[in-house]
Amino acid sequence: MPTWRERTNKERLKLPQQRMAEQAAELRIRNMKEVPLGFSAAQARLEAQRCLQCSKARCVAGCPVGIDIPRFVAQIADGDFAAAAATIKEKNLLPAICGRVCPQEEQCQVVCAVTKALKSLDRSVSIGKLERFVADWEREQGSAALPPLPKPSGRRVAVVGSGPAGLTVAGDLIRQGHAVTVFEALHRPGGVLVYGIPEFRLPKEIVYREVEYLEKLGVQFRYNFVVGKTRSLEELLGDGYDAIFIGTGAGLPKFLDLEGENLCGVYSANEYLTRSNLMRAFEFPRSDTPLARSRRVAVIGGGNVAMDSARTAARLGAETVYLVYRRSEAEMPARSEEIYHAREEGIVFHLLQNPTRFLGDQRDWVVGLELQRMELGEPDASGRRRPVPIQGSEWVLEADTVIVAIGNEANPLMAQTAPALRTTRRGNIVVDAQSQRTSMKGVFAGGDIVLGAATVILAMGEGRRAAQAIAKYLEDGKWSEAPAVPEACSAAPVEPSPAPAA
Amino acid sequence: MYEIVRKETLAPGICRYVVRAPEIARSRKAGQFVIVRPRDDSERIPLTIAGGEGETIVLVVQEVGKTTAVMADMVAGESLADVCGPLGQPARVQHLGTVVVIGGGIGVAPAYPIAEAMRNAGNSVIAILGARNQELLIMVEEMSRVADRVVLTTDDGSRGLKGLVTTALQSLIEEGRPIAEVIAIGPAVMMKKVCEVTRPRRIPTLVSLNTIMIDGTGMCGGCRVSVGGQTRFVCVDGPEFDGHQVDFDLMIRRQAMYAEQEHLAYQQYLDRQRG
Repeated sequence: MPTWRERTNKERLKLPQQRMAEQAAELRIRNMKEVPLGFSAAQARLEAQRCLQCSKARCVAGCPVGIDIPRFVAQIADGDFAAAAATIKEKNLLPAICGRVCPQEEQCQVVCAVTKALKSLDRSVSIGKLERFVADWEREQGSAALPPLPKPSGRRVAVVGSGPAGLTVAGDLIRQGHAVTVFEALHRPGGVLVYGIPEFRLPKEIVYREVEYLEKLGVQFRYNFVVGKTRSLEELLGDGYDAIFIGTGAGLPKFLDLEGENLCGVYSANEYLTRSNLMRAFEFPRSDTPLARSRRVAVIGGGNVAMDSARTAARLGAETVYLVYRRSEAEMPARSEEIYHAREEGIVFHLLQNPTRFLGDQRDWVVGLELQRMELGEPDASGRRRPVPIQGSEWVLEADTVIVAIGNEANPLMAQTAPALRTTRRGNIVVDAQSQRTSMKGVFAGGDIVLGAATVILAMGEGRRAAQAIAKYLEDGKWSEAPAVPEACSAAPVEPSPAPAA
Repeated sequence: MYEIVRKETLAPGICRYVVRAPEIARSRKAGQFVIVRPRDDSERIPLTIAGGEGETIVLVVQEVGKTTAVMADMVAGESLADVCGPLGQPARVQHLGTVVVIGGGIGVAPAYPIAEAMRNAGNSVIAILGARNQELLIMVEEMSRVADRVVLTTDDGSRGLKGLVTTALQSLIEEGRPIAEVIAIGPAVMMKKVCEVTRPRRIPTLVSLNTIMIDGTGMCGGCRVSVGGQTRFVCVDGPEFDGHQVDFDLMIRRQAMYAEQEHLAYQQYLDRQRG
């Protein structure tokens, strides 16, 4: 009986892909618990053995933070889960989160050699599920060992925002002996991980545990602190912070600017999700924040936020949830796994439809939306076929709640109060690509506030780069040697968003 | 953090809280507000800052539902779970001449720091304070210290003029003295009516809107109003707006969005805590 290492590639490719158990659709729309239930240890080891352990592993390059995937997968196959956790944590401090929300099918799994050999992305090595398994295993063990910390450097860093970018910067810098304070505007940490991503995709407990770990390492968290209002960036530098990292995210909801958009019952996805996720409105009246009692909900959009909104509405007791999207399913930016889950949960897709206006009753409450059918024309700037309205095709979809989930832009609060901070026309902070330096001395930025609404893992990658540059700056104090920050507010603004607009 | 240093009852259902919040106290400006959660399981509500000194801020709160009832049942020495601020744009303060500052009901509280700031900017300030009855008139002494003239009105005539603030405003206008600006803060209907008085006379009128809010930093759009046909977020573009441009009817209807849930939560709290 050969050990797994002795098996040939051909034998490995014959191993059956392990299916992660999931809550059945009819059951899970009545609760907020996670849908995928995790691997057992036996499943994880078997799935790990499907990896071909390529010498030139393309998956590593596919990962935005360069996790040594073949090594951690081999450690799982060996049954050494603690070693696998340590390997992942060399590059990624938040594996329980990334294992759940990363679009692995676009990053590591898509370039996996098994994907290529079996000619099927669906049958790649389940790298994401393995990462999640290891992270959950470690968390269940109780105490993740604290790494030894160097003696204090005497330097202080302010991190603005406790989302994925900020948490990554905090984790990297605290481990190098710098004093780190994270300033968070809301009353709980996590940023979009807590207000945006629903409980059933990412349990908040996981995020809070990661934050507790950082606190054990010595990171200070200050809540209800809005940098730009409570204290300005300039004032923080004056308060003795040697460097500042801005990770304030893409927290400005986009509306459609249509007639009736301010009717009661029309929400931005941010509001709907913040009420449900952060403020636990799904438990009203046990929690104090209310949410509309909806029978028919129409969600407009095609990204992950739209899926999250629709699936949350279903769990909140709506009879019917519609997803309205102006292109076809092929163009939807959402993860195919989430589209699949949404369909399973009974969400009705109205594709190639676009709203023209919202209709209300005499109480100014929304009762429906007028939709216009679309057809796909020539590709637009994002490379996808542009939706073209079909004249005269208007019809009315009845709905008592509408959720506008068409994207988020940079929250302008920071830029408004820091005129020295150069931004693009859209309000994204302009940075040097290597070092994440902004136009303000001592101030760095990363994540959605730079990229536009993107992903957790990209935010972490930016945070990692920024932390490296901050550490160097804290050491040598050199600022002017950095490559020039590109001109921002001229005719050709930097268009940073890698994720296509829906 | 956020300790209630002092608490007093100003009128039936209206309490004044002095809260320790050093950073907010340091950076606050007239017209700004905070978002408060009295307890760890509370919702987030906006409350205007009515003053403060040293490391404290002053909040004047009327009990209208569960969260304000929870606050009313707290005592000095206890701490509010979360207080975030200062939020919103500061009030526009400039030297104009004679300005009329109108506070209706609980609106007197946020009107006070604005009246003070306008006076400090060299304006002649006339304050009109209105309430349903004399018990509900608050901060009359404080206003008297920062205004050159104070006119009181009560619906039932138990103190001052009998009538609404708009009645007093009409009389004031008819006295003939040029009024450079009117600032009105109070229930939405009151602010709307004030604007109807000043509009034909083209007297610039600023109002401070009190919509439902969640985050208070421009992140969700829950507080949006229509001003001059454009959508604005009260939490980051306001709370002060040109009253003649505000669609008050829409704002009033949006404020009522959760009336049923609010009533349920309040009733349950009263039954449980005070039943």
